[in-house]
Amino acid sequence: MQPPTYARGLRGLSIATIATITLAFGLTFFYAPLDADQGFIQKIFYLHVPLAIVSLCGFVLGGVFAIAHLRTDDRRYDMRSYVAIHMALIFSVGALITGSIWAKASWGHWWVWNEPTLVSFLIVVLMFATYQPLRFSIEDHERQARYASVFAIVAGAFVPLNFIAVRLAQGLVHPRVLTLTGGHLPGSMRLTFLVSLAGVALLYATLWKYELTAKDARMQLRSLRRTVLSDAAVTPLGRSAAPS
Amino acid sequence: MSVLAVAPALAPGKAAPYVIAAYVIFLALVLTYVTIMAVRLVRAEREVAELRREVQDRDALGGDVEERELETARR
Repeated sequence: MQPPTYARGLRGLSIATIATITLAFGLTFFYAPLDADQGFIQKIFYLHVPLAIVSLCGFVLGGVFAIAHLRTDDRRYDMRSYVAIHMALIFSVGALITGSIWAKASWGHWWVWNEPTLVSFLIVVLMFATYQPLRFSIEDHERQARYASVFAIVAGAFVPLNFIAVRLAQGLVHPRVLTLTGGHLPGSMRLTFLVSLAGVALLYATLWKYELTAKDARMQLRSLRRTVLSDAAVTPLGRSAAPS
Repeated sequence: MSVLAVAPALAPGKAAPYVIAAYVIFLALVLTYVTIMAVRLVRAEREVAELRREVQDRDALGGDVEERELETARR
């Protein structure tokens, strides 16, 4: 039997993810020096920032797949867009929680409402949090896929615009460590950060592929059941936010 | 006055619980996701087994009918 397309390369990707994340954790705690200003608490940086970057890229990726869906009318792109946004939401929750812990330890507050970077990230997350309820509110699967794609494109385009607007804002509390001029990270910290970023990006790719493989397998199983048995033997799908 | 100015860096001893909490939450998130995927996989495997059983039952039933039809034709 031909394996599902999504499962191809999944084992290698999983191994690479585990190896890279283990290496990143090792570098974080045993190689990267303590930050002169923040001390040990700065170790959260190697987790929080990659999570935030990868989740924002995931939202944009969802928009890119949505464009492909509207251009080709291929439902597989809708599935890819849905899973990309779904995974990005999980990663963004991770970024928010780790960021809050860092803020509490570093600034003495769990959240700072007058900090543009934090609030803008929260706005992006809340905006994408409406993606699933939007899908769920539309019963017809064709319309659901089309409307969700339009939403994903508009919201995905908002992410880089929002990022640029925040960069141009004044009075930042949130530190700027990554800039076009090279930033302020010394070599060992930069290497640790890049490995951590690669690890989190690989984790995102792996979980995205796992989710797609699982959804694809479930759809194939359902279709097989309908073919082998009869339509009556297959319980009808209720209203769902996930593509079907 | 900025927030940073009123919040000095924590000593390593005091910062450790925060760092551990952040990494544990990250690992817990990943683990929760993997557990959900494992539960879904078990459910899918059960459905495949059920489908296989139903197909086998149907084939067995079909075979009996064919044998009876052949016997009737011979008579």
